[in-house]
Amino acid sequence: MKKTAIIVTAVVMGLFILSWVLKANAVSATAESNYILRGFLVTIAAFLTLSVLSFLYKDNPFYKFAEHLFVGISAAFWMCLGFWSTIVGNLIPRISEGLSNAFKVPYIGGDWGNVLGIDIMNVVFIFPIIFGVMLIMRLSSNYGWISRWPLALIVGTTAGLNFVRYLQSDFIQQVSSTFVPLLGNNWTGFGDFLSNLSLDASGQLVLILANWVIFIGVFCGLIYFFFSKEHTGAFGKASRVGIWILMITFGASFGYTVMGRISLLVGRITFLFKDWLEIIS
Amino acid sequence: MNNFLLISLSDIGVIISLIVIFGGLLWLLIRSIKAKEVDRRIIFIFIFVAVAAPILFPITFQESATEVVKGVYDKIENLPAGSKILISFDFDPAMAPEVQPMANAISAHALEKGHKIIFMSLWATGQALLSQTLETVVLPQFPEKEEFVDYVNIGYKAGNEGVLNVIVADFRQMFPTDVNSVPLDSIPLFYNLKSCKDLDMIVSIGGGKPGPKEWVLFVGDPGNIPMGVGVAAVVAPQLYPYYPKQVVGILGGVKGAAEYESEFVKNYSKFENMDTPGLRMMGPQTLAHMVIMCFIIIGNVIFFRSRRKGGAK
Amino acid sequence: MKREIPLFITFFVGVLLIIAVFIPPIENIEKTFTLFFDIIAVFAFFLGGGNLIRVHVRKLGDRKQDWMYSLVTLGGFALMLYAGLFKIGNDGGIAASVTAEGSWFQEIFNYVINPLQSTMYSLLAFFVASASYRAFRAKNKEATILLIAAFIILLGRTPFGMMLTGWIPDSFSIFQIPNLAIWIMNSANLAGQRAIMIGIGLGVVSMSLRLILGVERTYLGEEGK
Repeated sequence: MKKTAIIVTAVVMGLFILSWVLKANAVSATAESNYILRGFLVTIAAFLTLSVLSFLYKDNPFYKFAEHLFVGISAAFWMCLGFWSTIVGNLIPRISEGLSNAFKVPYIGGDWGNVLGIDIMNVVFIFPIIFGVMLIMRLSSNYGWISRWPLALIVGTTAGLNFVRYLQSDFIQQVSSTFVPLLGNNWTGFGDFLSNLSLDASGQLVLILANWVIFIGVFCGLIYFFFSKEHTGAFGKASRVGIWILMITFGASFGYTVMGRISLLVGRITFLFKDWLEIIS
Repeated sequence: MNNFLLISLSDIGVIISLIVIFGGLLWLLIRSIKAKEVDRRIIFIFIFVAVAAPILFPITFQESATEVVKGVYDKIENLPAGSKILISFDFDPAMAPEVQPMANAISAHALEKGHKIIFMSLWATGQALLSQTLETVVLPQFPEKEEFVDYVNIGYKAGNEGVLNVIVADFRQMFPTDVNSVPLDSIPLFYNLKSCKDLDMIVSIGGGKPGPKEWVLFVGDPGNIPMGVGVAAVVAPQLYPYYPKQVVGILGGVKGAAEYESEFVKNYSKFENMDTPGLRMMGPQTLAHMVIMCFIIIGNVIFFRSRRKGGAK
Repeated sequence: MKREIPLFITFFVGVLLIIAVFIPPIENIEKTFTLFFDIIAVFAFFLGGGNLIRVHVRKLGDRKQDWMYSLVTLGGFALMLYAGLFKIGNDGGIAASVTAEGSWFQEIFNYVINPLQSTMYSLLAFFVASASYRAFRAKNKEATILLIAAFIILLGRTPFGMMLTGWIPDSFSIFQIPNLAIWIMNSANLAGQRAIMIGIGLGVVSMSLRLILGVERTYLGEEGK
């Protein structure tokens, strides 16, 4: 097994170097100055792509390498962007003019006035730093309980924001939108309706049917989710219609999910064929 | 429905790959009927070939925009020149193949119409992908457009819906500067722009959390601002309840991107040679869908056969 | 005190954010608390990074299984942190965007994070195909309805659907698969998704109320700790 592993690793390394050389050569033809680096980077990207795809055969050291590399680099990526965008962008301009000048960001303290010569904003914005440090205390087994304070602020903020917004947009607005005109927007009487009757996709009958499906479908779907009452009799029949509507919903979601997943694969294969192997233009 | 099909099958490779794929499916059906085990890696090879073949030997289709996509297109088209549009890149590399073509097409359309664009992101990865759109679409195709006058990149901020809750009332509290530390007060595009309520339209491109849903909940509805959304296909069905009252249109997955690109290129012949990855991806998409449907049919054929055999016993 | 103060903080902040919607003069205080939330959220990223270091250093020290890969994780973490915190390769210096073109940070994103994340998610295409062959069975009426809807959407979202049913005359054009797919999305799918959305909306509202009033306390951890 060890001999196989050594041979496989040697072959992969050999192919890596070959790809690097060929890619660098191809890039140098475009008069780019950093062609060696560019060749290396494209080869790394292709190597990592193939390492992850190798999982489809079976779990292997190349996949594990790619997985662990991704975890480490991603964590640092989010940390760095969070630091520069929010700590340097929003916190430092509010707590210290000196630090603001050092980081070359405009100081915005002073808008709230001074007390005894101390900028109020500077003092107030010490609190998120204190809370942030308290959050990091979660790493300690003895003092981890201190992190409950900033967690409580995060939970309270999320709960407070979501309470009003979900009530307005996901409940009231949705209920309001369910009350659609059951005879369509352009009803001019049964005579006109019957004389223009057709199964044209943009015809009145089809639009009226859609409105009925929406109106009845939403009610029956909600009835299905009402588990406090037994689903028998008329209630049970409405619940059954609700299940059918939900099954159509899930079928549509499945269709879209397939489309979404395939798109990702198309993207990766296009990269391999176009940017790495250059067999398509 | 005005979609009409235009296949260019001039390439022998296309015919050969179709024969290989459907021949292979027939082999799979026969093998499955004979109750022989099919290794899942064979299934993986099928999908790989079904996607790779149309990439190597392109099958092209024409698209036309459906009503739900036209909602976004027409809104941008009909806004008066100089309108302020915010485009939020709320996605990561996992969603990029589907939604970055939308972001590129919408950015190009808005700039061509003379609108002013504010680029931002609620995802750290979105800021990096936003840079790609600036490098590949905005800078090369619109060299006459001036940064800070015609477009500006204010970058990413952490905080998810917290960011939205602040910018719906005051941009500068959350974004005192742009991504290069230039104060917003010195950017001409922001001279008469205090909050999201001063925008003429918001387009959120994404699919995760935070994303288009959070934009509708925390900015679009409270601020009564017209919203368009471009989302990954997985999330698209979940946004239909917001259409058309809370969002003007939905671009769902690569099909939505293809429809938007096709509409844009059709109406602006200057861009007929523009890279249209959405349209390009419809070929592999179509073939892969066929293969998946065949898998479902074959699986169910075997299921019903074995159920009948079990019933007979 | 270990639990009472956090409960009070949750209550105070939650109530403040709710009443700020109805009392505009306190909007500024509400926005300040939201800014606090955004800044603390970044410290959560630092917490994640710190936890990563702790876990992998421990794994290295204990020489647990696959400990060598922890070196890869920590090495990648250190490299990206160095590239990002010190803006290595940024032409514009300290004021420039950390994702400026040509910077080490952006290059590592383009050539390491981008391919890794995209490829990991693209594996799902293979597993969806495998599941389609092995698992999706029309076992009962409901499953059959699901599969028929899925088929219509799968066909309707590609030009093949029009190929199959383009011959249907305009007076029956609803039966053309692309039109049927659009009709399903705008009616049945909308109805089902709306029912789910209303249910989730009510659930979020009730859970938010429970959190603010201190009825739900699981985020504080176990009692007595």
